[in-house]
Amino acid sequence: MDGVALLTIFVLSIFVGFEVVSKVSTILHTPLMSGANAIHGIVLIGGITVTGAADSPAEIIIGVVAILLGAINLVGGFAVTDRMLEMFKSKAKVKDEGAL
Amino acid sequence: MTPTWVQLGYLAAAVLFILSLKGLSSPKSARMGTLLGAAGALLATVILFFSGIELDNLIVILVAVIAGTAIGLVAARRVKMTAMPQLVALFNGAGGGAAALVALVEFLEYGSTKGTLFLIATVLTVLIGGVSASGSVVTYLKLQEIMTTRPVVLPAGRFITIGIAVLTVAAAVWVIVSPSTLGVTGLLVLSLIFGILFVLPVGGADVPIVISLLNAFTGLSVAASGYVLSNVLLIIAGTLVGASGTLLTREMAKAMGRPLTSTLFGAFSGTTQGGGGTGEDRPVRSAGPNDVAIMLGYANKVILVPGYGLAVAQAQSTLREVADLLTARGIDVDYAIHPVAGRMPGHMNVLLAEASVPYEQLKEMEEINPDFSATDVVLVVGANDVVNPAARSDKSAPIYGMPILDVDNAQQVVFLKRSMRPGFAGIENELLYDPKTTLLFGDAKDSLTKVVTSLKAL
Repeated sequence: MDGVALLTIFVLSIFVGFEVVSKVSTILHTPLMSGANAIHGIVLIGGITVTGAADSPAEIIIGVVAILLGAINLVGGFAVTDRMLEMFKSKAKVKDEGAL
Repeated sequence: MTPTWVQLGYLAAAVLFILSLKGLSSPKSARMGTLLGAAGALLATVILFFSGIELDNLIVILVAVIAGTAIGLVAARRVKMTAMPQLVALFNGAGGGAAALVALVEFLEYGSTKGTLFLIATVLTVLIGGVSASGSVVTYLKLQEIMTTRPVVLPAGRFITIGIAVLTVAAAVWVIVSPSTLGVTGLLVLSLIFGILFVLPVGGADVPIVISLLNAFTGLSVAASGYVLSNVLLIIAGTLVGASGTLLTREMAKAMGRPLTSTLFGAFSGTTQGGGGTGEDRPVRSAGPNDVAIMLGYANKVILVPGYGLAVAQAQSTLREVADLLTARGIDVDYAIHPVAGRMPGHMNVLLAEASVPYEQLKEMEEINPDFSATDVVLVVGANDVVNPAARSDKSAPIYGMPILDVDNAQQVVFLKRSMRPGFAGIENELLYDPKTTLLFGDAKDSLTKVVTSLKAL
């Protein structure tokens, strides 16, 4: 894909990024940050891509470290976000049961 | 050329990421949001393995993926909820480091053969990713209190920082003009040093804002790595996080009443510090748990102000017990939640939810502030900076301008504190010396348990 097309995607993504979180309540700042943090862990696929094509031992070692870090960011990020939100959910459930 | 089905799969993953952020913005759909994001990530990773790209070192790749997954899962499951902000910071640093290394490998493989745009993207990825990686580690050390939470000011720190910044930019330009392995490696090292210098002068109260900012940085770095690899999904995902992270950083700064620029450029202006610990030996009024129980038990309206110290002592459920006993006596009880109570916006809500405190009793700052003047007793448990009147009056205090809970308007204020040690921002609280203030020293959980016993005996 040419540079201009990529730039178009970039600019449009900025607006989408602003738009989707524009109405977040203070309570959710921490989980939202954590969730966004997990999403950039997708750099994992970048790590796999470069390591798959790497030739020299140095490239492979650096690539493997990148994969390791990316996977930690991605999987750990989603897991910790889910743990934070678990508590909100159990509370909502208690409330529902109380209503019944 | 990437096959069409792979591109469509990436498009689906990108949509899932957008829906994930959207979901995370509302309490009802937040959990679904996490799930959608994880689904998008899984989809993209599986697609990549079957997309027909060159996969020479498949065994080591798989081992690294599995090892990283295991480390991430264990860390996320084991961490105490009180230490969660610093874990998020570490995860963020890992992401930034990964992006920088991805660009480094791609550069080692292709060097100057891909043109100027490729080089600019490489330089940006390495630079932003490096700053985010080392900066995040410093925020971790600060939050974990392995190093001091006060601003660290090196002698001539300002000039060192500016010097390193200039060198970093010079290295970046050098790599673009005349690409070399030495240049890129040097750029990475300089970026790492700059990241450290960038975060060191930040005072404790500003650390959450910086974590959020570095989160946005990592997003941008990942987006730039998407340019390096011509991977559309990385561009979209990274940019989404970069943009939403920037907005979130601004929101956080606003909630804390901190101008973003003073946080950001603290590194260049030398320090964000002010105020200072004075009056160590001034008299305070302290009392026993029994006195506190009597004050609370015969009040008409009580407001509880939970802070980070409460969470550290794991005393959330004991505090709830106090609230329940008071409510049973017909006393009006509310919890006042400062936007940054705990270590981050929303952190305290998570911690109290864990102790199943009824949601209706949690009042946000704007809502509860007018109520303090009609309140008999305010019980402050393990909080300090968020009730410090210096934020209103002392222009030299690092927290000056931060909106606070106006507990000093109440008839009486009771602080449960471990010691006279200042709060996370490292500044003295005048309110502790006020005649209407009573202090009960000790571990928050011990003190509250004793108050519960005394309340039951009333």
